[in-house]
Amino acid sequence: MKPVIILCAALTANAALAEDNMSHHGHGDHAAQMDSYPAGEGATSNLEHAPDSPDHVMDHEVLLTKVTFDQLEVRENDGGALKGDLWFGSDRNKLWLKTEVEREEGETEKAELHALYSRAVSPYWDLQMGIRHDFETESDSRNWGTIGFNGLAPYFFEVDSALFFSGDGDTALRLEAEYELLFTQQWILSPEIEADFFGQNDREAGTGSGLSDVELGLRLRYEFTPQFAPYIGVHYEKKFGNAADFAREEGEHTSVTSWVIGLHAWF
Amino acid sequence: MAQQDKDGQPLFGTRRRFLQTLGAGIFSTGINATFPLASWALTSPKYLHEGIGDYHPQTYFDLAFRYTPLDIDGRTGTATAINGTVPGPLIRWRQGDTVTMDVTNHLQDTKHASIHWHGILVPFRMDGVPGVNFNGIQPAETYRYQFRVVQAGTYWYHSHSRFQEQTGSYGPLVIDPKDGEPFHYDRDHVIVLSDWAFTDPETLFRNINLAPEYYIYYKRTVFNYLHDIRKKGFAEANAELLPFRRMNMSPRDLSNVTGYIYTYLMNGHSPDMNWSGRFLPGETVRLRVINASSMSNFDVRIPGLDMDVVMADGKAVKPVRCHEFRIGVAETYDVLIRPREARAYTLFAESLDRSGYARGTLAPEPGMQAPVPPLRPTPDRKLEDIGMGMMKGKYFGGMSDAMKEKLWRKRMQLQDDAIPGPNGPMPFLPDKDNPNVAMVVMNPQDRLAEPGVGLGHDGWKVLTYKDLVSAEPQPYKATVDREMCINITANMERFIFSLDGKKFTEQPGPYLFKHNERLRLFLVNHTMMEHPMHLHGMWMQLETGAGNKEIPFKHTILIKPGEALSVLITPIEKGDWAFHCHLLYHMEAGMFQVVRVA
Repeated sequence: MKPVIILCAALTANAALAEDNMSHHGHGDHAAQMDSYPAGEGATSNLEHAPDSPDHVMDHEVLLTKVTFDQLEVRENDGGALKGDLWFGSDRNKLWLKTEVEREEGETEKAELHALYSRAVSPYWDLQMGIRHDFETESDSRNWGTIGFNGLAPYFFEVDSALFFSGDGDTALRLEAEYELLFTQQWILSPEIEADFFGQNDREAGTGSGLSDVELGLRLRYEFTPQFAPYIGVHYEKKFGNAADFAREEGEHTSVTSWVIGLHAWF
Repeated sequence: MAQQDKDGQPLFGTRRRFLQTLGAGIFSTGINATFPLASWALTSPKYLHEGIGDYHPQTYFDLAFRYTPLDIDGRTGTATAINGTVPGPLIRWRQGDTVTMDVTNHLQDTKHASIHWHGILVPFRMDGVPGVNFNGIQPAETYRYQFRVVQAGTYWYHSHSRFQEQTGSYGPLVIDPKDGEPFHYDRDHVIVLSDWAFTDPETLFRNINLAPEYYIYYKRTVFNYLHDIRKKGFAEANAELLPFRRMNMSPRDLSNVTGYIYTYLMNGHSPDMNWSGRFLPGETVRLRVINASSMSNFDVRIPGLDMDVVMADGKAVKPVRCHEFRIGVAETYDVLIRPREARAYTLFAESLDRSGYARGTLAPEPGMQAPVPPLRPTPDRKLEDIGMGMMKGKYFGGMSDAMKEKLWRKRMQLQDDAIPGPNGPMPFLPDKDNPNVAMVVMNPQDRLAEPGVGLGHDGWKVLTYKDLVSAEPQPYKATVDREMCINITANMERFIFSLDGKKFTEQPGPYLFKHNERLRLFLVNHTMMEHPMHLHGMWMQLETGAGNKEIPFKHTILIKPGEALSVLITPIEKGDWAFHCHLLYHMEAGMFQVVRVA
């Protein structure tokens, strides 16, 4: 299952990027297809007056790379988190790397890396698919296939959702939403919610079937520039159902509240 | 330039003439880096510009692109200056002459440079758009432009290569009519408005691509919301605002690049440098106002003076008296003013989003200044303004396809009477999943009589397109052979700008015009912003509802959000021509298309 997904993602990405590249070759293609164009009645398709070597100034896709540290923060009780991504591509097709690392009481709780192909499928939504790798210190690392939607819901809610499935038949669902409230042009309060659901119990990973855990965040940042914004905030995490039971058995808290201080930045 | 002398005037009689000579001398020796302002633009607190009366038409110009340091308010940037100055030299031709311009690209690291003669009717090879009608001017190469000048009026020229226009490659272009001016004036000044950023335009472009609100420091805040609630009541404030939020749109999408990063210039002078021109009380002064900005639409006024608009885009119109006019990027307006008092007047050009202004002074004596008016508050767009009036009060649920269809049908029956033609623009129903189109305006309106967002509430007369009545002969036939519609589309959130839902890279082929046909072209703006749409190589005659002989000629039309308008076009020259939004970064992001006349 796993390799198939990777292959699919890679192929789609290739095909899509190739498609973008094709459209660079300006005038030749334009002229060839001209007759089928609605406004094309009565047009001559060979024009002596085309430029010698077609080289449209704007006739190329803008390819960009963006690195974002959405949250790079220190938490109370010897904790910390990094949530970030890197993408490369055009308006329509992109390759994404996402990472999410969390530490609590000096131990790494979560370390994920997602490699995704992302395609714009509507004005505000990207369809993203690929693989997720979980780095584990105490147990075996594991891989998931993933498919999800990332984008902007009405009323400016930034949403990232993904369905995960592993080779063993395990499934998981993650929903994240974030909002921004501007107090001034530079003081911005950003509430955030993340919920994880699982299709099964996993004692080693500490996750339980159904709603497993919820994270709430409230961060107040100051944008020195849009690219550099330190923040303070509060982070709350609670485990539910079986996940909560597992935590109790291990003698851990089922909920944690911690102050955070960090940096939001992109390049 | 020193030879361009009015009969009977001493050759080196004034400081200005000395400076002109000095300028010419410096250019000819090639050390142009030390001279950041052209003589036609140069002023100082002790020296008023006398106007451009002494600059006589010429038939040959030697122009060169060079990297040139540019000082503005104590900071030094690098300009891609033409002949060493920003703006470039004043080019003056005479109607009927055959003119020659040799343009050399000394920007060694560029792919190419180019000069496009904006609004000038030329054979397509002379139009200067790299990749569309020539190959561009490669470094160290010289390209010869040569053509016969068939028109007269106020125009401008600029580079059409990447972002050179942003870094100073533009200048004024004045053409004297061969049969004398259509109106009397005693003195004329060229007023070139532009926007300068010290940030590299490639960085700027990347920033607004990655974060479209990067330079916007007038975003709505929680306090604006609370203020609206206090002022209008909870229900009314939400009825207006929430539909915007539901559509992921901001009522303050006014501009992508703002005064936060731009210094707005008048003839190359910042507001502090205060460009100053002379008038003598009782004179009729002609101001040739040119918006040579990359991204900034301006609202121009002279507190205390009436303005008579006598030309729009270089073509004469019946004089319209007004107190303020909005000038879209790349438009030109000629206005006459008749100051009677011996006092200073402020020439005030406020950016559309009110994030800054360009400013100059007109005065009879050096050292005089008039008060500079305060910036007006940043306006909020209304749902009505963007053709989304029916969304008011709708917070939940999108519009179903059935609803859309019903709306279209309703619109077919109740088409805005002011929109010409038997059918109006064709419906635009793009693929619902097209990421390039964030909004489709279901009932576009005739807005030619509206002054535009943020204008018309100050108690003075603001020019509208409806006021423009051509005073030129109508050379083209009255019957319309064909109709066509181009939809202006965008997705601000992704910084995608397109025509008919397709970026330039995605267009299957050029738009096709027939040689010498009379074409009615509808333009429908489905975006949240004003777009100055420019068609190369031929006139667009804006159908304002006036008779066929009275519709004004335009090369650039600032189309408002939610607006449908129509222009009549006679493509007089065969070849490939550009049609695009003249906001530089919109054009580069894809709001560009080739028009093929065959």
